[in-house]
Amino acid sequence: MASPNGAATELDIRADFPILTRTLRGRPLVYLDSSSTSQKPESVLAAIDDFYRAHNANIHRGVYPLALEADALFEGARERIAAFTGAPTRSTVFTSNVTAAINLVAYSWARTNLRAGDAVLITEMEHHSNIVPWQLATQATGAQLRYLDVGEDGTLSLQQLDEELARGDVALVALAHLSNVLGTINPIAEIVERAHSAGALVLVDGAQAVPQIPVNVSEIGADFYAWTGHKALGPTGIGVLHADSALLEAMPPFLAGGDMIEAVERQRSSWKELPWKFEAGTTMIAEAVGLGAAVDYLSALGMERVREHERELVAYTLTQLGALPGVRTYGPPSPDDRGGVVSFVVEGVHPHDVAELLGRENVCIRASHHCAQPLMAKLGVAATARASFGPYNVRSDVDALVSAVANAQKVFA
Amino acid sequence: MDDDLYRDFILEHYKRPRNFGELEPHDLDAHEFNPLCGDELGVQIRVADERIADLRFNGHGCAISQAAASIASEELIGMAVKEAAALDADWLLELLGINISATRRKCALLSLKVLRHAITGEGTWPQDATQGAHPDR
Ligand SMILES: Cc1ncc(COP(=O)(O)O)c(C=O)c1O
Repeated sequence: MASPNGAATELDIRADFPILTRTLRGRPLVYLDSSSTSQKPESVLAAIDDFYRAHNANIHRGVYPLALEADALFEGARERIAAFTGAPTRSTVFTSNVTAAINLVAYSWARTNLRAGDAVLITEMEHHSNIVPWQLATQATGAQLRYLDVGEDGTLSLQQLDEELARGDVALVALAHLSNVLGTINPIAEIVERAHSAGALVLVDGAQAVPQIPVNVSEIGADFYAWTGHKALGPTGIGVLHADSALLEAMPPFLAGGDMIEAVERQRSSWKELPWKFEAGTTMIAEAVGLGAAVDYLSALGMERVREHERELVAYTLTQLGALPGVRTYGPPSPDDRGGVVSFVVEGVHPHDVAELLGRENVCIRASHHCAQPLMAKLGVAATARASFGPYNVRSDVDALVSAVANAQKVFA
Repeated sequence: MDDDLYRDFILEHYKRPRNFGELEPHDLDAHEFNPLCGDELGVQIRVADERIADLRFNGHGCAISQAAASIASEELIGMAVKEAAALDADWLLELLGINISATRRKCALLSLKVLRHAITGEGTWPQDATQGAHPDR
């Protein structure tokens, strides 16, 4: 696959993504905001369209052929999605996004299991989705919320993890597999092992990891592993929670109502078996079908190739952006230790202005606190600019980024 | 670059903001955040004869928020406090005279929000500032 310009793993897939043909005043779309949400391939759009056109019926209720088709498509998608991340189907629960998946655990598990004197250990690099639910859960139960530091190089310290665990009160470690700001890939299996040895459970926020690197939930061994469909080439409105089935069995339902019950009496009810116990109401049927098509697409590409491709793009970006005077990038220095995310600041130009000026060249990046205000405080900035990649990005996207940043510097010179 | 937003005078005010810093003693003050990007803007006001005798902004933010505060400050000093409290978004947007997208309105209007907060005790967004897109992510 090696090509002369050194781009060994350029994936030739841009034609699969209809939106990439959009232009702005003749300029091609340079989409560098995939960590925020990914673009969708034709096959995902077609699967959703086909579901509504040809197979639409409510699930788990009808006995007529169309309803059985919808059932088969929905549950078939669940099987493929679970297989994609190496998880058992039975303990793969659909939620509306990763935020909802984390909240499911923060309500259903944490509020029945945390006690005063327990601690929840999170990290300074978490997304607000993996901070705020734990603030509320610890406030409600009298447990403590503690943070692991992020070091200068954008990584966590396993030594500090051990010290925290040695205090003997940590009931849950909740952390991102891959940081949406720094790109850091945390040594997740190692962390799970250490936490388990200390008797703590682990929840992993895999929102950024699943779309970017090969993830095998069974090998990682976390008690809860949550991710979100729209960042993984799938539609909005669907998230996934893989969990230990014994834990799920023991947990009370989160949302209650139709579809999650076995029998309802006047005063009490019993629950369906897993995973349906945690899927109340008419659920995200077309979205599951769409996400099923998305994981098929990613499987066909091969996550190893996606990872290698993004690793190269990041290496190229760090070199090219780093060569601009006055530009500072964040996160681990080696592309081996990070995913397809590069946060940066430009001296003298606020990130907001960087993003606005880049937008005029149809270069789409994010400028904000990235829902990680504690991390921003740690880095000593209010915001950063962030370029993030999907499998459809190419080196020329990075060239467009670098040239647009240089142009922005000229405006503010 | 033919640019409507980053005009020379905007960049000039951004790089050398007028009336920025601390004002001691002062009679009124407030501090506000822009949820869009975590930018911060504070204001301190000295009042005499029901007028803004002197005023300083402080904080950090993008070119639009900093320039807007700087440009507004030149108009605000000397203005009746009552009049300042009643200023609306149009006043500031006209003063700036540039085309600002819905998402960036909040940046420009943060200075009005913090001013209102200092005078009335309540930091409400001027009408027109609330139609921006989702704040973060
Ligand atoms: C690491 C991480 N966690 C959680 C989220 C929240 O995802 P969602 O909005 O789909 O729930 C995001 C993305 O915004 C993220 O990057």
